[in-house]
Amino acid sequence: MTSKYTLISGNTKMADAIFQNPTLLTVLPRFGIKLGFGENTISQLCSNYNIDQAIFILVCNIYSFDNYIPTNNELENINLKVVIKYLDASHHYYTKRRIYEIESRLQSISEHSPCSHYRIINTFFSEYKLEISNHFLYEEQVVFPYIDQLINGDIPIEFHIDKYEQNHDSIDDKLNDLKSIIIKYLPEEDSSDIRDDRSDLLREIFLFEEDLSKHTRIEDRVLIPIVKKIERRHE
Amino acid sequence: MNKHKYKVAIIEQSELLTKGLEQMLNSSAMFSIGNIWDELPTHIDDTTDIVIINPSLISQNKRAKIRELYPTAKIVAMLYSYVDRETLKLFDDVIEINHNSVKIIQTLESSIRKENLSGIESNMEELSDREKEILVAVAKGLMNKEIASLHNISIHTVMSHRKNISRKTHIRTVSGLLVYALLNNLIDEAEVLK
Repeated sequence: MTSKYTLISGNTKMADAIFQNPTLLTVLPRFGIKLGFGENTISQLCSNYNIDQAIFILVCNIYSFDNYIPTNNELENINLKVVIKYLDASHHYYTKRRIYEIESRLQSISEHSPCSHYRIINTFFSEYKLEISNHFLYEEQVVFPYIDQLINGDIPIEFHIDKYEQNHDSIDDKLNDLKSIIIKYLPEEDSSDIRDDRSDLLREIFLFEEDLSKHTRIEDRVLIPIVKKIERRHE
Repeated sequence: MNKHKYKVAIIEQSELLTKGLEQMLNSSAMFSIGNIWDELPTHIDDTTDIVIINPSLISQNKRAKIRELYPTAKIVAMLYSYVDRETLKLFDDVIEINHNSVKIIQTLESSIRKENLSGIESNMEELSDREKEILVAVAKGLMNKEIASLHNISIHTVMSHRKNISRKTHIRTVSGLLVYALLNNLIDEAEVLK
């Protein structure tokens, strides 16, 4: 029997999990899963696609349940390399889809709105985009290689996972500011098309913000605890 | 008889402590236990009168958040490990783990009675003229120290203005405030482009 409180497991049908929580749709492309899987369970799907089942289920649960905390048992079955691969795929997904969506909607509104304010917002968003891209780059070029070395048994110097733990706040704040500005401080629009576009834009931002918070949760509750464990072994 | 009971929320991970507090407060006619959380909740609650929280559950950068989450409540720290002085400033009051129930209830009572300045202010969401001035200075990229000497006020005052500005506008970053200032014609665009 399933209810909306049933955790996702290998026996869950992929389609049921999505009916329960549609945001999982955004997770699928990061694992390369295509729609059209019929009645397949998550186990079947993972073996068809050659996906690490432990991380897939963990990600699905984190996306489906607020404040989901992985058990120690779950963490023990998680392969760090696979986590990094997932986070990397997420970065690509964000850049290619979510950030792109926000940016192009913003662009199209500013082209059609008589209000010159959108130019200012565009500049603000470019700044945000640069900041978050740099953050992704930092993870890909500094943090992930460090972890790779750690997995291979090398003891890298000059870096410690603690160093990286702070880093998210200003980026989150900027996205939040963008929301406040679009909701409260841009003037009313006369054109109903632009009004609808503005709402759609906001919905995209909310969606992205929610997604980023899950992404951060995977870093904080999965990646960092496992890395810390290995670091301690080396000390 | 005072029929209204003050609603208390507890944010603490130890069941031992939350159960103990619950027991103590329930024995007093003044308080009733509302929600118990083991970490900072994610939604805003303006019905709670007192929040008792373990300071170590709020990380440095989430500290401003507790006031946003509980705009109407007194925030009381429950201490059982060392906390630095700066951290304690954030709280309205402090109870310690070895205090007895009389002392704890006294502390909470006096906390409730204290003048609630921030509570009154929080209903006025319009920025004051002073706050607008500070906002413009922040948006132009001035540091707290520079703003303080420019307006002849203490750095502490600048910081409390900044806190109120962010609370009222829901904008936290400097570049966000710049956008706000531009949209509201507090700053002329030509001035920034230079």
